Amino acid sequence: MNISKSKLINMYEKMVQIRLFEEEIIKLIGLGQPLGMAHLYIGEEAVAVGVCSNFLDDDYIVSTHRGHGHCIAKGVKIKYMMAELFQKKTGTNKGKGGSMHIADFTVGMLGACGIVGGGIPIATGSGLSIKLRETNQVAAAFFGDGATNQGTFHESLNMASIWKLPVLYICENNLYGMFTPASYALSVQDVSKKAEAYGIPGVTVNGMDVIDVYEVTNQAVKRARNGLGPTLIECKTYRYYEHYGSSTDSFYRTKEECEKWKQRDPIKNFRIRLINDGVLTEDKLYGIEEKVNAEIEEAVKFAEESPNPNPEDALEDLFV
Amino acid sequence: MQREITCNQAINEAIGEEMKRNSTVFLMGEDLYGNPTFGGKPLDLSLKKRVLNTPISEPSFVGAGLGAALTGMRPIVKLMFVDFSLMALDQIINQIAKITYMSGGNAKVPLVIWAPEGASGRSAAQHSQSLEGIFVGTPGLKVITPSTPYDVKGLFKTAIRDNNPVIFLTHKRLNYLKGHVPEEEYLIPFGQGTIKRKGDDVTIVSWLYTLNKSLVAAEQLKNEGISVEVIDLRTLVPLDSKLILDSVKKTGRLVVAEEEAKRGSVASEIAAFVAEEGFQYLKAPIKRVASKNVPIPFAKTMEDFVLPQVGDIVKAVKDII
Repeated sequence: MNISKSKLINMYEKMVQIRLFEEEIIKLIGLGQPLGMAHLYIGEEAVAVGVCSNFLDDDYIVSTHRGHGHCIAKGVKIKYMMAELFQKKTGTNKGKGGSMHIADFTVGMLGACGIVGGGIPIATGSGLSIKLRETNQVAAAFFGDGATNQGTFHESLNMASIWKLPVLYICENNLYGMFTPASYALSVQDVSKKAEAYGIPGVTVNGMDVIDVYEVTNQAVKRARNGLGPTLIECKTYRYYEHYGSSTDSFYRTKEECEKWKQRDPIKNFRIRLINDGVLTEDKLYGIEEKVNAEIEEAVKFAEESPNPNPEDALEDLFV
Repeated sequence: MQREITCNQAINEAIGEEMKRNSTVFLMGEDLYGNPTFGGKPLDLSLKKRVLNTPISEPSFVGAGLGAALTGMRPIVKLMFVDFSLMALDQIINQIAKITYMSGGNAKVPLVIWAPEGASGRSAAQHSQSLEGIFVGTPGLKVITPSTPYDVKGLFKTAIRDNNPVIFLTHKRLNYLKGHVPEEEYLIPFGQGTIKRKGDDVTIVSWLYTLNKSLVAAEQLKNEGISVEVIDLRTLVPLDSKLILDSVKKTGRLVVAEEEAKRGSVASEIAAFVAEEGFQYLKAPIKRVASKNVPIPFAKTMEDFVLPQVGDIVKAVKDII
């Protein structure tokens, strides 16, 4: 598949944004900055970017408790996300949501979701809306391996199938639902096989390879925009950090396993590939990384200097 | 002669009119084509595309209502019984009620969830409940509880046009109740109760089917020389608290009559509110008349005993006179 140079560069930049945004969070947590319950996405960047690089601004996504990557990939501005984590009035959600509830309807980001499996029906409904309004948009639900054990996953796939909704179901199978291994909790290890029960295509893809994810998603988006209905895409991936927070100590997984996955790091390998394929020189890539670094620095400064919400602001925004 | 229609017809008219008025309004739920009419007329075929039968998947079709509401549609999600809303409470309470607030007011959720509730006779414990307390106790939901065809239609149209999630509760016993509904269009704003009967000695606050029982009780009491004011709240969130307080100020006595199980009920909330804000007006203790604290039983003898009856309301009034 021929992906334009500018698209490849944009994908690399998005992945670096996600990585550096979260590395900054780790640093800030280390410094004692209270950022709430941040579930880090580091290691899984290829999924959000590979999927969302196929989308336009008016396409929709619904995310999970581990949502920073999806937000950034869909175009939510980093400085407002940072301000939200800093509990500031200038945040994406005016300080009322925090990490697990970031939403930006102006870029089709319908919300992260703190309840496992809770976002799947919402994405399905945005697909129904597209179908009823007869537009050419698509919607995607991101969710983890654990969510595939919720009823909403099965109900929504069934509904999207019978109504041929333009929805992509993106399972980030990172092998653990919190501390419980997918090898224990899933009756079938390849989540994509469950698509068969709903009469829709199911594909398993290497979730550490942004090009693989992009290409498989591209096919599914074409299907959806052509009125052929939903696709289930399972991305096998890995989170480098704990379920939430900045620790890497896992009692339930080995250091060797983690190291093995890090060898397949999505950003490191994509970087090598871009150089080898002659897309960009090392210098240019470094330039992108520096640019993102400056952007993060600016975001932290914006967040630090932003005002806190007033206590009474808590009584606003219940209804519009 | 004034036109009379049933509550069912009133809802169908409201939905049909709003669907014609606004192409983003649509209806989804289970087995909708068991009743393929709007306003007693056959369904306009141009609307058919916007009447969607769903699979039996309450969590997902209720959640889909939210997804559609966030993206430019005005869904009406019909639950066959309010008892089935319990399947979908994650979507209703964790998602629908909170997304506007959690997003700092950036999300607009023009969504109506219509759920018939209450005991209709021999439907037993899983098809007879009254559950308004769950929704009233969840910030972020508007809760509507009409008891006449006129109110049903005017409030349903307002609900569809509201940009916030609305739980629209109807009572199954009222489905075929007839009443005057004018041909011309009207809307009824939320948060305005109405005085159904003026009186001086006692205030009865009620809604849904128990409102009708309260009116019968008031008539009986009149024959015994007791003058009862009956308030139909019509909407529980927002609540017309001023109407309640003004009436209690006049009568000095309050009975709250409704069909939920008494413990943790909205009647309890209203009683507590009046105790806090209107204690100085009270000449006697506040009384709650509600269902007994058991599930709704099957057999008629027991069901009638558990539900609040006219006699219970009469007795509550006499107890504080």
